[in-house]
Amino acid sequence: MGVTGTPTSIKQGSKTKGGIGESTLRPDGTLKVTGEFAYSSDMWHEDMLWGYTLRSTTAHAEIRSIDTSEALAMPGVYAVLTYDDLPTEVKNYGLEIQDTPVLAHGKVRHHGEPVAIVAADHPETARRAAAKIKVDYAELPVITDEASATAPDALLIHEGRDDHHIGHVPHPNIVHRQPIVRGNADEAAKRADVIVSGEYVFGMQDQAFLGPESGMAVPGEDGGVDLYVATQWLHSDLKQIAPVLGLPEEKVRMTLSGVGGAFGGREDISMQIHACLLALRTGKPVKIVYNRFESFFGHVHRHPAKLWYEHGATKDGKLTHMKCRIVLDGGAYASASPAVVGNASSLSAGPYVIEDVDIEAIALYTNNPPCGAMRGFGAVQACFAYEAQMDKLAAKLDMDPVEFRRLNAMEQGTLLPTGQPCDSPAPVAELLRRVKAMPLPPEQQWLAAGEQADVRALPGGLSNTTHGEGVVRGVGYAVGIKNVGFSEGFDDYSTARVRMEVINGEPVATVHTAMAEVGQGGVTVHAQIARTELGVTQVTINPADTQVGSAGSTSASRQTYVTGGAVKNTCENVREKVLEIGRAKFGSYHPAWATAELLLEGGKVVTDGGEVLADLVDVLEGESVDLELEWRHRPTEAFDLRTGQGNGHVQYSFAAHRAVVEVDTELGLVKVIELACAQDVGKALNPLSVVGQIQGGTTQGLGVAVMEEIIVDPKTAKVRNPSFTDYLIPTILDTPTIPVDVLELADEHAPYGLRGIGEAPTLSSTPAVLAAIRNATGLELNRTPVRPEHLTGT
Amino acid sequence: MRVNFTVNGRKQEADDVWEGESLLYVLRERMGLPGSKNACEQGECGSCTVRLDGVPVCACLVAAGQVEGREVVTVEGLADFAKQREEGCATGACGGGGTSLQAAQQWQAKGTDSQTGEGEELAPIQQAFIDAGAVQCGFCTPGLLVAADELLERNAEPSDADIREALSGNLCRCTGYEKILDAVRLAAARQDRQESGV
Amino acid sequence: MDFLRPASWEEALAAKAEHPTAVPIAGGTDVMVEINFDHRRPEYLLDLNRIGELREWEVGEETVQLGASVPYTQIMDHLRAELPGLALAAHTVGSPQIRNRGSVGGNLGAASPAGDSHPALLSAGAEVEAESVRGTRLIPVEEFYTGVKRNALEPDELIKRVHIKKADGPQQFSKVGTRNAMVIAVCAFGIALHPETRTVKTGIGSAAPTPLRARAAEDFLNAALEEGGFWESGKIITPSIAKQFAELASGACNPIDDVRGTAKYRRHAVGIMARRTLGWTWEQYRGNGRTLEGAA
Repeated sequence: MGVTGTPTSIKQGSKTKGGIGESTLRPDGTLKVTGEFAYSSDMWHEDMLWGYTLRSTTAHAEIRSIDTSEALAMPGVYAVLTYDDLPTEVKNYGLEIQDTPVLAHGKVRHHGEPVAIVAADHPETARRAAAKIKVDYAELPVITDEASATAPDALLIHEGRDDHHIGHVPHPNIVHRQPIVRGNADEAAKRADVIVSGEYVFGMQDQAFLGPESGMAVPGEDGGVDLYVATQWLHSDLKQIAPVLGLPEEKVRMTLSGVGGAFGGREDISMQIHACLLALRTGKPVKIVYNRFESFFGHVHRHPAKLWYEHGATKDGKLTHMKCRIVLDGGAYASASPAVVGNASSLSAGPYVIEDVDIEAIALYTNNPPCGAMRGFGAVQACFAYEAQMDKLAAKLDMDPVEFRRLNAMEQGTLLPTGQPCDSPAPVAELLRRVKAMPLPPEQQWLAAGEQADVRALPGGLSNTTHGEGVVRGVGYAVGIKNVGFSEGFDDYSTARVRMEVINGEPVATVHTAMAEVGQGGVTVHAQIARTELGVTQVTINPADTQVGSAGSTSASRQTYVTGGAVKNTCENVREKVLEIGRAKFGSYHPAWATAELLLEGGKVVTDGGEVLADLVDVLEGESVDLELEWRHRPTEAFDLRTGQGNGHVQYSFAAHRAVVEVDTELGLVKVIELACAQDVGKALNPLSVVGQIQGGTTQGLGVAVMEEIIVDPKTAKVRNPSFTDYLIPTILDTPTIPVDVLELADEHAPYGLRGIGEAPTLSSTPAVLAAIRNATGLELNRTPVRPEHLTGT
Repeated sequence: MRVNFTVNGRKQEADDVWEGESLLYVLRERMGLPGSKNACEQGECGSCTVRLDGVPVCACLVAAGQVEGREVVTVEGLADFAKQREEGCATGACGGGGTSLQAAQQWQAKGTDSQTGEGEELAPIQQAFIDAGAVQCGFCTPGLLVAADELLERNAEPSDADIREALSGNLCRCTGYEKILDAVRLAAARQDRQESGV
Repeated sequence: MDFLRPASWEEALAAKAEHPTAVPIAGGTDVMVEINFDHRRPEYLLDLNRIGELREWEVGEETVQLGASVPYTQIMDHLRAELPGLALAAHTVGSPQIRNRGSVGGNLGAASPAGDSHPALLSAGAEVEAESVRGTRLIPVEEFYTGVKRNALEPDELIKRVHIKKADGPQQFSKVGTRNAMVIAVCAFGIALHPETRTVKTGIGSAAPTPLRARAAEDFLNAALEEGGFWESGKIITPSIAKQFAELASGACNPIDDVRGTAKYRRHAVGIMARRTLGWTWEQYRGNGRTLEGAA
């Protein structure tokens, strides 16, 4: 669909082909369609070994002993390592809190925790060897929810915590707690004509990226190691890997391999340290590839949550107050839990004007699977709950749910519950108007072909469960707010190295960053930025590695903003250098070198009036410019630990959805017919990629609305469905058409006015689908995903 | 055990194959053809879809020993396969090659965008996937290409419902499938245009 | 592990007699998952791919003799008229790739209660032709399923063919899954009208330890249709008959709670599917049923 709005005006390089704003195609596209693109599981080396991980079969137990002798004695086995084999005093890792053992020490805290690792000459040999490792477990009672975690006699998941959150949490089994208090919610409640409350449950979602965790570690002659891996953040991995190996960071050389999707699931370490340990021990390259079963244990998941909300409104539809309590289950290790708490609490009011709020969010330590980053974290769970509340309020007030939302929509200048003013466009009401204005899909499309109905267009699909019986249509709306970038005072910077020179008679720019391309298209955008800023056609994107400074994480919708910003910034500095060279060489030939504003465009130095001063080839003849610079967005600050006040976020991203569903009300099966989205992207650097991101994010939200959930047995804390047979993600027959309306309202603080876009569509998609199902069935539906049992009362 | 079969028109042999190995493992780890992807190894995602004697199958669910003497086409051979089909002799294809560590290290995304890997001739469905923006992380792409190419081979003008059904065994986590539908429609339209000589 | 590659049916029987623990593998869609996920390490794999006759079928007077390895795709493409229920069930199996490899023989060999072909076989009427070096026997499909993932085969026997009654009336198959494609049955229901004998037969999948017929529901319906003269008149089945049939079908279930669904839901859904599929087949019998593209 067309792009509308107020695009940022770009002067520099705007006439250069393939610059920003164009839908240029992926530079890795050809490699990816021919099967030549090297993913982390595709690495192969002459004499490589296969690594395999032995994982705990129980969720909470003391390890009395581990006997590896039989495994070690097997032919073809080169190494078997346990905690006792770790080479240094650093034996834990973690994103923020280093609470995760590289290999279990004395205790396992969740089902599937790594206990030992094996290297062998064939994966089957490694598996058989692992099966021969004898681990003697003494079972401990499992902690699985808030009640069992905070009971007076509760076992502590982590004894002797000394992290920076322990001082302000009410119980050592709570990772972090963030209250936010603004105004006086109790007083404001007295003004309310209607009050609604509800308890909501959000299931545990898996990122389910298609390329499982994998990589290869190759021991170096200098005692170091080269690691090829799929990750979201090379330098964060490096900081966690090197100390465990006892190596200086420069001896752990990391290169990004092809990444088969991420969605947050690669923010934490998985096989990285294990592969390095085995490679250094055996002196041989070691490849580790998780299969799908292991992948479900190999990365953190989206925090399941319980959310309690109360909202009030006056009879003319104005929100009076909001109170909420959000309990996130972080599982056995901290991972990104503190940041998830920060997002959940600070965005818990949604994109609405509510002056009086009383908010609390906590993350628990339990024996459930560790949870951490997944697309939209914290904000996703909250959006599901507050949007259900908006519908309840609208119903109670007998108002149209979209009009009710529009009436309370925040805008530029609105103060968030943290007291932070929103200082860029916030077109919440406009996005809602746009999705509502889109034409509705025709009714009964299963009959569209004529006389013959088509079960593929009905709930149940190919399974032939209905020919139209019991099918009811519903329509639902939702809108959400997501922060962009790392918040709460984090030094969120990126680094870009840009080189400009003449190669084969043409000016060429080379861009080198450590940004993890995980499929989002950052490499496409970097080339576009370089073309726009440097006026060249030829741009080479170097592979991401640790030979250049950190790019930060490919998460939080931040890479186009932050690493894109870094590339832009370095390019601008390179441009200045190029112009300096030009002035030195040719300044005397034309007065404009000294007086006019100069641009690089189409391979030439031109004045802003369009007069050509020199070819870049001539300027750069015998010269090259090469700069590596860091760039950071505006600083943020921490939230006050008691009041939650503070300018914690740098930017927000907004999307709205309208879902149209058809529900087989008798069987409880759902077919989503259409999922329309309107999103403000600030500036679409690559419109084709922007729409692709929005459609992908929307579909992940659809998945957790109707099918996706990791089911953990509450009695044992064991995962019951670690496979693609029983953890279902949407197929092409489950995914509807997704019309996208892109709005471009520039954020003056951001490069090109752009807005991070990846996560916002995942927020509002889920509650929109739920709202549509409620609309079709009249049921309350306070949990997601909705299963047929919930729709049929069975 | 030893296994002999034809891959992309070329005779291949693998030695010391463990009897429990899948065709997928043999292709990826023994024949240097890692294009077919190992996303689930349980037949639920279609990332390893190859043609076995012309029929699309999940390579992860075919025991290596079952392929003895048979013909396999993988994504690496898809362009040649499509070309030969066009020329009327789609009996398999030649070419392909895996990713050595060296090649992986030398990977560079050149600035010519879609023309990267210049000189490489693509099957129409491959070009359509690039042009339509159907590729993000790309892990599902090889399997989807083999499945979509086979669909267009037997149904030159598929309806949207036909496309959805034919690709219902191929999971994609990045795109939400819209651009994949676009790509198949685009390839079908180009095929149609070519055939009608426009 | 050893990989046995018999070139003929006789060689396969001899191999199975010599190695009774050998696991037959045809399409591999069950066996390879178990091997890939380390759930099974058979001593011998017995490859049946090289035995051409297992991929053949023959349409006779009364029955279709379906080779054990005929892929589901072939059933959908070539046997819709003779085996409409099975063709519908075949269309719900996994994905196109799985349907290109998976077969009824494999479904029977695995004997999972969730196997998609079972309800269709039970409602159509079928016999499993099992053979060993000792001889051949025909096992009525009702007697073939002996427990969860257990069947009536002797250790030295292999499934050669399935003899399935050709349809003499409308047949339907429905399956509930929580995804619109590529999903394992939460529960399934098959129904076949047999106007020649004026009977209705049913099959329930994934709602008891084994696939089974809803006998009480069949008996009730047969009697009700006979008494009301429905077969002759072709009049619309009354809602009360359909309702009781559905309730009895629900009652035939003996399901469990698992990650795919609750026992209560399975009972409920089987009842709904029984009512709907009865309605569809009866409409077809009355001559004005619509065929569904993609469904038959």
